[in-house]
Amino acid sequence: MIKLINLIILLFVPFLMAGVIKKTKSFWGGRKGPSILQPWYDFVKLVKKDFVISKTTSGVFRIAPLVQITSVIFAALFIPLAAGSALINVQAGLIIFAYTLSLGKFMSLISAMDTGSSFEGMGASREACFTSIVEPAFFMVIASVMALTGNYTFDSLKNILASAGSYGILIIVFAVVVLFLMILIEGSRVPVDDPATHLELTMIHEVMILDNSGSDLALFTWANGIKMLLIASLISYMVLPQNLCVGLSIAYYLLIMFALSVIIGTVESCMARIRMSHVFEFIFIMSSLALVVLSLVVARMFGG
Amino acid sequence: MDKWIKTKNNTKLNLSDIPVLKIEELRDGIIELNHRPIGFFGKNWGFGLTRLFVILADDENGDLYVSSAMFSAEQKSYESLTQIIPAFHIFEREFYEQFGIEPLNHPWLKPVRQNQDEYKFFEMQGEEVHQVAVGPIHAGVIEPGHFRFMCNGETVYHLEIMLGYQHRGVEELMVKSPSNQLAESICGDSVIAYNTAYSNIMEILKGIEISNKAQLIRKAALEMERMAIHIGDLGAISGDIAYLMGASVFGATRTLVINSMLEFSGSRFGRGLITVGGVNYDFTPEKRNHVLETLSKVIKDVERMTNTMVKNSTVMSRLEKTGTVSEERAKEAGLVGMAAKASGVDLDSRFDFPDKWMEKLEFTKRGFKATGDVNARFKLRYKEILQSYSMIKKIFAKLAEYENEPLFVDTNMNLEKDAFAISIVEGWRGEVVHIALTDDSGNLSHYKIKDPSFNNWYGLALAVRNNGVSDFPLCNKSFDLSYAGNDL
Repeated sequence: MIKLINLIILLFVPFLMAGVIKKTKSFWGGRKGPSILQPWYDFVKLVKKDFVISKTTSGVFRIAPLVQITSVIFAALFIPLAAGSALINVQAGLIIFAYTLSLGKFMSLISAMDTGSSFEGMGASREACFTSIVEPAFFMVIASVMALTGNYTFDSLKNILASAGSYGILIIVFAVVVLFLMILIEGSRVPVDDPATHLELTMIHEVMILDNSGSDLALFTWANGIKMLLIASLISYMVLPQNLCVGLSIAYYLLIMFALSVIIGTVESCMARIRMSHVFEFIFIMSSLALVVLSLVVARMFGG
Repeated sequence: MDKWIKTKNNTKLNLSDIPVLKIEELRDGIIELNHRPIGFFGKNWGFGLTRLFVILADDENGDLYVSSAMFSAEQKSYESLTQIIPAFHIFEREFYEQFGIEPLNHPWLKPVRQNQDEYKFFEMQGEEVHQVAVGPIHAGVIEPGHFRFMCNGETVYHLEIMLGYQHRGVEELMVKSPSNQLAESICGDSVIAYNTAYSNIMEILKGIEISNKAQLIRKAALEMERMAIHIGDLGAISGDIAYLMGASVFGATRTLVINSMLEFSGSRFGRGLITVGGVNYDFTPEKRNHVLETLSKVIKDVERMTNTMVKNSTVMSRLEKTGTVSEERAKEAGLVGMAAKASGVDLDSRFDFPDKWMEKLEFTKRGFKATGDVNARFKLRYKEILQSYSMIKKIFAKLAEYENEPLFVDTNMNLEKDAFAISIVEGWRGEVVHIALTDDSGNLSHYKIKDPSFNNWYGLALAVRNNGVSDFPLCNKSFDLSYAGNDL
């Protein structure tokens, strides 16, 4: 039963989050905005559509969306999601998790380059650059926090609040900030990327899927939503109270997803996108905070 | 015979009064006078002859200098002016394209509107150099134009712009069937400016003086157009940097301004408002009051939003020092209008070639701290919105004095024969220049239009050098040039 609920969450919540973000942005813009379900309707519409494939592309372009969606869903198996335990609960699942996601990203990068379009090449190069800085920071944060619990599984993150103590709260605060920045970067949100732009020269993620249409495009959108959901889930484990019953746990989880979406929407409304050449500085903020987490954990474990 | 005939804005000359020089003499004359070119165009003079007309503007004194040169059928080249005065580059390119008379030693004889496919773009060599080609079909709903970036990584070294995809043969159409409807459709965002210029030309050639009331209504409409488009552009700039609130607020307030125009004329962009001989719709006192009320609300919102944006560090970091055009470059390239003003070249034909109202209503130029970047173009728009608003208020107050004047006068007369008329109107983008020639039977024989975009596209190419390629849309929007006005 719990597994079924998790599955439904994996299927629907990414779209709901996108809907809530859009609604929040509309609110700040003084508009009514589309229904929260609109991203879901769009997804269904895209799935029903046929797709156009450029003559310049090869098989890579064809399989990339499938690899991308498979990789995020496979990565999701390592995460307990809303309630219960992860389907695959192994030590050092973190590494498989991260590199499964990377595999999907790698495929989307080469599929973008496969089209031979100069925009998509630029988008791929931007994405690759940013990812290479984000990845170490992600490892640093999650591994450090897991080290606190002494157990390197994602399930163990759920006990972090109890095992961390008052000193641990500090670590968790930093870790949550790092992960939040990571949602903005990986989810291609403002201030790093602008999901609403139509300007191909300024896009990062959007430009890479410029040639994809129909169900391929739907898969990419869904995969991107799931990726945001996964990182958001990690945040939720760090702030969830302990030992809740299943129902309450799911309710809390959804509440946190909702809150995060509202925060993302608000951030997007209140700030301009940063200049491309300054994005690195933004990502380095995340890396430095990750280093802070690491040093705090080291200090706690070995400093007595 | 003098080399030049001196005249003013909104006047006509007899064709026979315009000097006909040899091209060498004319060339020396241009270099000697060294004023800004606003017209440089050829006309087929029959028997294989081509007559080249040149109009230079002395902005300080509000004078125009007109002269011409005749090319015989065998004469297929002359020494280019561009090598000495770069601002001529686009004019000489156009002249070459239309008449095949080659300006020798022109540094860059690239097509202006035709034969885009045959042209070979500049190329950069190098391992890390790459080209990005954008357009003519774009992802957004904008007009067609091709942009070729030579980049090293994310940095643009050079941008080449290829236009002409929107070429409709407007100038020929204007000769064949001149009408207000045609004039206002040339460039959709400058309806009032284009229609005013065209109507001025026809009124000059017919020798009509329109009523004070009609003059003031045209003036008010021009400022409303300026306000509306400037506010829209502030919104578009906000949108390009993904600053949602700016985009929403400016978008909403722009609608209020164009809806005010709708209230006056039945068209949000003022189509059908202006006609040869006057205006079609009255700005009645009730409507004026209501519109002023709306505009005062608009101004309040625009002020608040702009102040919020100027205080937002993420916004300012995008606008400041992006897409800078120095004053020197702007002068050299011959930029006009808003783009020139933002770089410190203070050109505004409303003040440089004033009509009687400028003095009567005490309109004066306002200083502007020009930094030449996107920020300058952003703030200049804001300043001009405020200025236009105060002008509209004064014009509306003045209109009360002429309540009983007619909206339009009789236009049932022939055009003057063998005449040359010129009208400059400062649209929101800059000077819109219309020039018309008539033949010996009193029909239009040539019509020449110069949109500010014609000069300013090259300014955009200069602005993006050494900027990130991802900042191009922002630079582009800060200029917001017209494809239709350039391609004609």
